[in-house]
Amino acid sequence: MPEDHDALAIADLSLAVGATPLLADVTVRVGRGETVGLVGESGSGKSLTARTALGMRPRGARATGSVTVAGVDVLTAGRRTLRDLRRTRVSMVFQDPRASINPVRRVGDYLTEGLRARGVPAREATERALDLLGQVGIRDPRGALRRFPHEFSGGMLQRVVIAGALSTEPDLLLADEPTTALDVTTQAEVVGLLRTMQRAHGTGMLFVTHDLDLAAALCDRVYVMYAGRIVEEAAGSSLFAAPAHPYTRALLEASPSVHGDRVAIKAVRGRPRALAEAPSGCAFRDRCPLAGDDCAETVPAPRAHGTSRVACLRPEQVTP
Amino acid sequence: MTLTIPALRVRNVRRRRRHPLGVCLAVAFLLVVALAGLLAPLLAPHPPDATSLSDSLLPPGSRDHWLGTDATGRDVLSRLMYGARLSLLAPLGVVLLSGLLGTTIGLIAARAGGWADAVLSRGMDIVFAFPSLLLAMLVVAVSGPGLAAPICALAVSYTPFVGRVVRSVAIQEGARPYMESYRVMGFGEVWVTVRHLLPNVLPVLIAQSALSFGYALVDLASLSYLGLGVRPPDADWGSMISQARSDLLQGAPWSALIPGVAVLLTVVSVNVLGEHLGGSVGRTRREGDHA
Repeated sequence: MPEDHDALAIADLSLAVGATPLLADVTVRVGRGETVGLVGESGSGKSLTARTALGMRPRGARATGSVTVAGVDVLTAGRRTLRDLRRTRVSMVFQDPRASINPVRRVGDYLTEGLRARGVPAREATERALDLLGQVGIRDPRGALRRFPHEFSGGMLQRVVIAGALSTEPDLLLADEPTTALDVTTQAEVVGLLRTMQRAHGTGMLFVTHDLDLAAALCDRVYVMYAGRIVEEAAGSSLFAAPAHPYTRALLEASPSVHGDRVAIKAVRGRPRALAEAPSGCAFRDRCPLAGDDCAETVPAPRAHGTSRVACLRPEQVTP
Repeated sequence: MTLTIPALRVRNVRRRRRHPLGVCLAVAFLLVVALAGLLAPLLAPHPPDATSLSDSLLPPGSRDHWLGTDATGRDVLSRLMYGARLSLLAPLGVVLLSGLLGTTIGLIAARAGGWADAVLSRGMDIVFAFPSLLLAMLVVAVSGPGLAAPICALAVSYTPFVGRVVRSVAIQEGARPYMESYRVMGFGEVWVTVRHLLPNVLPVLIAQSALSFGYALVDLASLSYLGLGVRPPDADWGSMISQARSDLLQGAPWSALIPGVAVLLTVVSVNVLGEHLGGSVGRTRREGDHA
């Protein structure tokens, strides 16, 4: 397998179930070793996008465009290819670690099962599990292998899940809101751990979250999704200073800050739309303070503005 | 304050380890029955089929015959001990067979869904609607007496009980997020079902098996009573009751009552044990969920 493939390349992906569109023209790229954020409100299609990378689509969904993971085309892949892909190239960390591990199996089983299925001998798999548990900061890894999931706290269990996800040395790690179910102090630890582990293993990471601040702080690049489309792609570092899409700016203004002067929090008016119920033209126009008549005509094509690519007709009014 | 906390904890641990008295009694009774059956040749005071007309219908408590004798002078205790073998093994066979069949069908129905589920479920409904004893008698009528035929027939008619329960629990468990997370790890459906779904179905399977065991014991005893199961000179408790019918009329109820009580106590013990096992496995599981 050539090394120049991106960990994940989604191009012009559209997804629909029957007459209901779910995603439209989604383009996401995750380079090797890169951390990329995918941010959006509930129902914006961010989890759906991440799942297509695993070849998991809603029943009866039609997909157009292309999804490749480490050079393997996922949309056309057969069952066997998909299984190999999931075993070796992609891993996923879920929202709630408690729900994503079988409660009646020991942690050791969880960590070695994937390796054993790939033909790694038992002793070697155990050694590897011990090593990984050490890396993710579990004390007494040997004892941990014998324990059951319910004997761990949420944060510790998420560390175990992360260790399991990295045990196969994947090219791509999908993290689907991996900190949402944890309390705030643990969140920071888990995010930090994900970042270090991802750097150490050279894994590309797609970090799916609704927390724009977290994504901006953590990620090299951030995609902002609204109503099944990507509305902005920006470098994580520039997102705070120069949001280019009115939606991004609205999100940033809606989150409270502990730094600087006290500023009134501005809620985004209206409620988030799914793609199927979005207005014509720009999906955000009914909630956008800058919207004009021209916004209703066509879906704005993504274009470069500053360091970002943005799907808006007048980004210069958002950040001059 | 600080002193009471460790004390409390110790008590909790102890309470969790200790089993209820009923369960202890049930286990003890079943062990006694199983041992009596296993060691019958060593322990039984008489051969089970040794007749002695001079000792017929001795009441329980007689010297040499603690539980009395039947009309042909056979020792009730010895026959009870030998009878325990078939009376326990045959229902065990029914439970294992129906458990295997029911679990397989239930899991396939739950995981495959769609038309496979519809076909299997309706099939189970049809078997379910057919009285188990009638089916067993039908099979015996075709194949002739002997234990293998009624065991198979009962196993088939108990399969829907197991299958339905397994199916419903499997559907419930199959919808949990962890099932998806293992699929995402690249495991096939069969692997995920057997290694991860099955252990979570086990508590109900155990409880259902215990129930089936009780029913099977009674059904097999009924068959033997009707002369369709065990053939003399072999004895199980059902055939003992059957052969003691005439003793009842002669004012000697013990030779029928004693095996009857043995059936009753065994069924109750197995049910108590099964409920406890199913419940405790389920409890650890639920604690694990919320901890």
